[in-house]
Amino acid sequence: MAVVNQPPGVVGRTAANQQPRPKGGLSPVALVLGGLSCVGILVSIWAIFLYAPREATQGEPQRIFYFHVPTAWLAMLAYGVLAVASIIYLIKGDERWDWIARATAELGAVFTTLALITGSLWGKPIWGTWWVWDARLTTTLILWFLYIGYLMLRNTLGRTPTSARAGAVLGIIGFVDVPIIYLSVNWWRTLHPQAVLPVGGEPQLPPSMLLTLMISLAAFTLLYAFLMTQLYQLERLQTLTLRLRALIEG
Amino acid sequence: MSGPYLELRGLKKSFGLKPILRGVDLDIQRGERVALLGANGTGKTTLLRLLAGLLKPDGGTICLEGVDVRREQQHLRRQVGFVGHQPYLYTELSVLENLVFFGHLYGVKQSEAQAMKLLEQVGLGQRARERVGVLSRGQLQRVALVRALLHSPDLLLFDEPDTGLDDAGVALLEKTLQTQAAQNGVVLFTTHQLEHAFAFSDRMVVLHQGRIVFQYASAALNMESFRRAYQKVVQ
Amino acid sequence: MSELALFFEQVWAILWKDLRSEFRNRQMLIGMGMFALLVLIIFNFAFDLRVDNKAAVAPGALWVAFVFASLLGLGRTIAAEREQGSLDRLLLSPVSRKAIYLAKLLGNVLFIGIVELVAVPVFAILFDVPLATGLLIPIVLLGTLGIAAVGTLFSALTASSQTREMLLPILIFPLIVPIVIGAVRATGSLMIAVSNEPPWLGLIAAFDVIFLSISLLTFEYIVDE
Repeated sequence: MAVVNQPPGVVGRTAANQQPRPKGGLSPVALVLGGLSCVGILVSIWAIFLYAPREATQGEPQRIFYFHVPTAWLAMLAYGVLAVASIIYLIKGDERWDWIARATAELGAVFTTLALITGSLWGKPIWGTWWVWDARLTTTLILWFLYIGYLMLRNTLGRTPTSARAGAVLGIIGFVDVPIIYLSVNWWRTLHPQAVLPVGGEPQLPPSMLLTLMISLAAFTLLYAFLMTQLYQLERLQTLTLRLRALIEG
Repeated sequence: MSGPYLELRGLKKSFGLKPILRGVDLDIQRGERVALLGANGTGKTTLLRLLAGLLKPDGGTICLEGVDVRREQQHLRRQVGFVGHQPYLYTELSVLENLVFFGHLYGVKQSEAQAMKLLEQVGLGQRARERVGVLSRGQLQRVALVRALLHSPDLLLFDEPDTGLDDAGVALLEKTLQTQAAQNGVVLFTTHQLEHAFAFSDRMVVLHQGRIVFQYASAALNMESFRRAYQKVVQ
Repeated sequence: MSELALFFEQVWAILWKDLRSEFRNRQMLIGMGMFALLVLIIFNFAFDLRVDNKAAVAPGALWVAFVFASLLGLGRTIAAEREQGSLDRLLLSPVSRKAIYLAKLLGNVLFIGIVELVAVPVFAILFDVPLATGLLIPIVLLGTLGIAAVGTLFSALTASSQTREMLLPILIFPLIVPIVIGAVRATGSLMIAVSNEPPWLGLIAAFDVIFLSISLLTFEYIVDE
């Protein structure tokens, strides 16, 4: 059988033809983010344990607050990114946005898990139990299920455009639903008032604590951004490799 | 004649990560019957499904009488009658109920009368009220044919319509193709049986590794030499 | 015929076709009904209800039964289409994809509704609970609509996967939390009047509108390859 002379076209819009290959290792953006987040994490660890004052009523366990808030914030941010990437993917059909969606879903799942764990660890010394059904924690728990559901769906459906569209729809619906879920749980909770985690937003937070919180938030967000670049590259390489393999075997 | 009825340029389609169609260019004029040949897996069924509006192309254009139908897939679907491997019928309903239902979806006026007329033509007039589930395979294929013809489509697509057909079925197929061409419609069908391809088509087109590698008027071809060359390609 | 009229004619045609097919093969309906009843009965044993407890647990039991019966029914039409040689039968035709969604949605609501219709009086009897049935209808209707709106979309989403049975509840349960909370509270407040109850029915109605719209818009992206 005659060998086809011209290289078969790689179908679909891919990033392979559009980005210059990085010379191994990290791209400049990733390097900057990585470096900054590394510094940031070190600074926040210092700030959390050595700089921030000991809280009057809760004592040392209160320091978990400086880990809990950023992870909860990132859980939300990651979902926001997922929703935006989903909408753009549905409109444009450009698979790179699907790579972003998958990357942020993985990170979001991890950070939500951490938020739940830190929340639980913090709550135990304060309320005496590992869990309460307050609005914030409950919504975070449901968010966790949304993430896991998304990952399971993508895993089952594989790396096809159908899978990407399904994921995008799930991302959008979940995003619209989260505020409604929060609202309904909140209403439900007001009927049975219970202890609430004294999370930041209280005006009496002294400046040193506020500063520590800000440092921690910034550091974690930088970490998120850095990890996003890495996970995005991972998705990109996996897709391109599988596509190449399909071409060769086909 | 202004332009081709159907114009395909650089049509591409992948399944997941695997490219199937890698740039198909094809023109079909009104009144033509085209036989699509090629080894299994080269994308014949995929091409038909793309033209039927069941799939969206990843690249390239499909023009129907000059109109790009990628954005207007509903317009394409209205003009197409598709007979695939499966009969695409609802087994719980009767033959007539199936046809009237599909008639509704296509906006066919007086679908019941039209369906009965076509059923008579294929010799199934008596079976109109029977549940589809009890029909034989040959009968199912004929009902599927009626379903495809019900809305008088300009473009008829057949995916291996001659597999497992008896002589009467083959004769019916030939007559259907001739009628469609005579009424200025278009037929595109795939087959593995070269005699049918020669006898029923005006042009033979060979698809190989996702591209069209050969096309020629059937009448001008020497069957034997074509067969030999074709076997080599299909290997 | 105007476009809108044609649209609704398509919806009706598909719905009617589904209903006819379904009623000729009554398995699904009976299965769902039995399931709902069994859940109610198990609840009775699980909670060892004494008279004063009933009002607290009864609405929850009812809605758990509804949600699980809904899940059974949701896989119904789309899965049936996919198994028997696919949604292609419909997708081949120029029928509006929104019409397909709407028809499947209404079919699901109808089916779940029939099961609910049977379950409610049985529930009232088994739990010896007075139910102001007139006021229950809007709650059940709106709640079912919401579950079906999301569920119909998602059963199309997961239909091509092998783990559909497991995946569908995992995806749907988190999303319908507002409906479950609202419906249970609203049903409960029918049995025991509570003051200062938040506007649950309004919340469920808003949920329905929002997710019906999103589903209508996104369904064609899911279903067209």
